[in-house]
Amino acid sequence: MSPALLLILGALPVPLLPGRVRSAWMVVLPIAALALLWSMPEGTTGGLTLLGLSLEPVRVDSLARVFATAFCLAALLAVIYGLSVRDRVQQVAILVYAGSAIGGSLAGDLVTLFVFWELTGLSSVFLIWARRTERGYRAGMRYLAAQVISGLLMLAGIVLQVSGGAGLRFDYIGADSPGGMLILTAIGIKCAFPVLHAWLQDTYPEATAVGTVVLSGFTTKLAIYALARGYPGTDMLVWIGVTMACFPIFYAVIENDLRRVLSYSMINQLGFMVVGVGIGGALGINGAAAHAFADIFFKGLLFMSMGAVLTRVGTVKATELGGLYKSMPQTTVLCMVGAASISAFPLFSGFVTKSLILEAVADEHRTVVWLLLLFASAGVFHHAGIKIPFFAFFAHDAGHRVPEAPLSMRVAMGLAAAISIAIGVVPGVLYGMLPFAVDYVPYTASHVINQLQLLGLAAMAFTVLMRTGLYPPELHSVNLDADVVYRRLLPAIWTRGQHGGAHMRDRLGPHVEAGLAGVATLVTRPLRADGGLGVPWSTSGMVRWVVLLLGILLLISYL
Amino acid sequence: MTDDRRRLDEPRNVRRIVHAVYLVCGLLLLTDLLYEKTPHFSFENWFGFYPLFGFVVSFSLVLSAKELRRLLRRDEDFYERRQRARRW
Repeated sequence: MSPALLLILGALPVPLLPGRVRSAWMVVLPIAALALLWSMPEGTTGGLTLLGLSLEPVRVDSLARVFATAFCLAALLAVIYGLSVRDRVQQVAILVYAGSAIGGSLAGDLVTLFVFWELTGLSSVFLIWARRTERGYRAGMRYLAAQVISGLLMLAGIVLQVSGGAGLRFDYIGADSPGGMLILTAIGIKCAFPVLHAWLQDTYPEATAVGTVVLSGFTTKLAIYALARGYPGTDMLVWIGVTMACFPIFYAVIENDLRRVLSYSMINQLGFMVVGVGIGGALGINGAAAHAFADIFFKGLLFMSMGAVLTRVGTVKATELGGLYKSMPQTTVLCMVGAASISAFPLFSGFVTKSLILEAVADEHRTVVWLLLLFASAGVFHHAGIKIPFFAFFAHDAGHRVPEAPLSMRVAMGLAAAISIAIGVVPGVLYGMLPFAVDYVPYTASHVINQLQLLGLAAMAFTVLMRTGLYPPELHSVNLDADVVYRRLLPAIWTRGQHGGAHMRDRLGPHVEAGLAGVATLVTRPLRADGGLGVPWSTSGMVRWVVLLLGILLLISYL
Repeated sequence: MTDDRRRLDEPRNVRRIVHAVYLVCGLLLLTDLLYEKTPHFSFENWFGFYPLFGFVVSFSLVLSAKELRRLLRRDEDFYERRQRARRW
């Protein structure tokens, strides 16, 4: 029994169970999965041979265990967060989706990885469709298309790898073979590489309040895991990661939908992890894994707080919000814990995980990369650390007087906040789980002071910009991003093509029709009653033709 | 919202917070003289590298994003309008 199957099979009875029993069952499942995971010895269990291919459906090692642990805990938080929502579709989807992500992280071969890779996409789309609106339905279709394309690319890559003799084992793959490139592209879609990222910021904010929280935890982190397993030390990833860390922060400043701001911020954080994988080595991989672990909780916490706002107020548009600290003080404080964690304040999780990646970059003396990541660190504080809490809970009072978030949501947020602070205060526990021994001390005088200086002055920049009125106002708008290609450009080309086709038909149709009619008359003329073949033939004429045909046959048979 | 005024609704208190931020930032800048640096890069030794970097990049980030908005901004129903027209 693997933790993945435990969650997926455990989801089956969920629709049948009555209220409280169902809640208890759903809370127990991830805890049981976590216990099972930690009771499993390192190594492969349940290996089998299928059609001559050897499969390792469950492989536990330290890298897999870090991610699987984070997924179990994230599943627990997601289940608790969603307890107040009596929607069985979402409840089943959460468990199957989390189980698939765990299965992917424990996959020892590429076929198992592929199966769970697809299952994460198929199960999670219901969290978007559960919005039950036309807009949500269309967003779900776009999401599903991106996930399925990623799966197909992975399958094609696996086929090339196997036919190239590389075998099925899921270990270092490398980007130097065509199969390796295809699998990297498949991972790149789920990991939100630049240009391939559009689906994430396009569709995550369209899911339900609970759905976005759940989505934020699994797909992208599974992709980071696959990257860390298959492509450590691939230099190209450093620049891809830097781009991911930098470009979304510009969008985040001018975006109005706060859950979309968080989606951009998510790409920005994934960028740091991708850089860590690209640098490789013990420090880089440790950094990527640790930051992914921490991100699941602080980003989950931020999405949870915005989900609570969405549940109570009905919108998360910055233009409509403000002053919510009066109605939702606990959510406000919990959101600020998430904000402090993602901004890497000392004593919060980001401080001890992101610095591993920056240290790895500095050790390699990649000056430009390091400066750009420092810029991205200041930027993330700006939009996720200040903008999210400020515009939702403070700024000008928009007059919403709503109840505090439901208890289950506050409990989940409290747990996520507790984990984020615990990681920051006692980094040794997380460090001890990492795949390589950690020889790094996060709490040094210079690190703490430098980080406070960076963040403090970034906060001052925000203050100055707000007080002088230079800060761009929140506006009702959407901003063009790569999704314009498939939402506007390709449909436009298609429509243009259709119009062009119809136009051509109208213009040329009559001529073509007349021409074809002429040809038809010409060809069928001999067959008509008065045509050459239609009139009675003389016997001598028939014999002449038969002799001619037989002669031709004779000639052909001699050739 | 006269029914529910809090301390933060008083401009005077907001001004106080702003001044506190400036004060803390000034102190953070001065802290640069107090500790031993362990730099990876030579420029980390410059006085006030981290605070000035933080301020300058944040300031220019916001202003450049503001300029980018001219290029990227569309109406909120930019994507829906077209779909309605196609009667999706």
